[in-house]
Amino acid sequence: MFPTIKGQLPDNIVTTKVDDVLNWARASSVWYLLFGLACCGIELMQTGGPRSDLDRFGAVFRATPRQSDLMIVAGTLTYKMALRTKILYEQMPEPKYVISMGSCANCGGLFQLAYSVVKGVDKIIPVDVYVPGCPPRPEALTQGLLKIQEKMMKEKFARRAVA
Amino acid sequence: MGFDEIQKKLAEKYEGTVATSDRAGDPFITVPAAKIVEILAFCRDDAELAFDCLSNLTGVDAPPDDLEVVYHLFSYSKRHSLTLKARVPKSNAHLPTVEGIYPTANWQEREAYDLLGMIFDGHSDLRRIMLPDDWVGHPLRKDYKEQEEYRGMATTRPSLLS
Repeated sequence: MFPTIKGQLPDNIVTTKVDDVLNWARASSVWYLLFGLACCGIELMQTGGPRSDLDRFGAVFRATPRQSDLMIVAGTLTYKMALRTKILYEQMPEPKYVISMGSCANCGGLFQLAYSVVKGVDKIIPVDVYVPGCPPRPEALTQGLLKIQEKMMKEKFARRAVA
Repeated sequence: MGFDEIQKKLAEKYEGTVATSDRAGDPFITVPAAKIVEILAFCRDDAELAFDCLSNLTGVDAPPDDLEVVYHLFSYSKRHSLTLKARVPKSNAHLPTVEGIYPTANWQEREAYDLLGMIFDGHSDLRRIMLPDDWVGHPLRKDYKEQEEYRGMATTRPSLLS
């Protein structure tokens, strides 16, 4: 990612593109919103805990949407909560990303025939990565985060900011 | 006191109480809905019964035409319990609140109202307790029809297989 130009610059100087270095910084500090709605919330805590440790990818939890880049919707979403979810999503600063964690968040899951359950988070907010499972293991959620980082690295962030 | 003694005591004092003990589960006494306040007050205040705790109040849709409210009483001092049921027709689902006797009935009656739609006359704050205030219908009723959408959110998801 950071090629050195042999002979032209000293070895302790690297050159790169603005997009790459901005994306590298963004992808290395994905702060996610604490948003456990049901049993997936427990697995989300495990993923953030010392054994699988999301912090080694630079992802730490934030208890406020104002400081979050990523919303991990972990659990069954009811219509009553959906209204709040939308508000929380709108309170997050751009650029923002959403992981839909587990069957319930993906499509309503086990409870999709219930009168009170939203049939998927994507009915109300845009979703970047869907993580299947009931609940997904920490490894699966970690891969979901890595997919978000991949997506960030591919974006033309500098130009997007101007536009 | 055992169920038979309690049932006898209530039957002597109040007309229209019907005991059922031949079904699976706890035996219960069906009482006239209009008298429920009087009967519960008696159950609480009588020295022998001494039901000091309403451990549960819930509702049931009783097809074809009725709604049923179930009162589970427990006595801490006497260590006995009792199940009472009151039936009201769906077309006129009104019955008096028992909030004045057991204050804990406040939220439980709100829950029964929220999910089944029976009206507890005299309740101090009969609002929905779990569903949003603008919800349409009472979802635990057998004849509940799910709305097409709630605040712009579709309530169905097309199958990927069809």
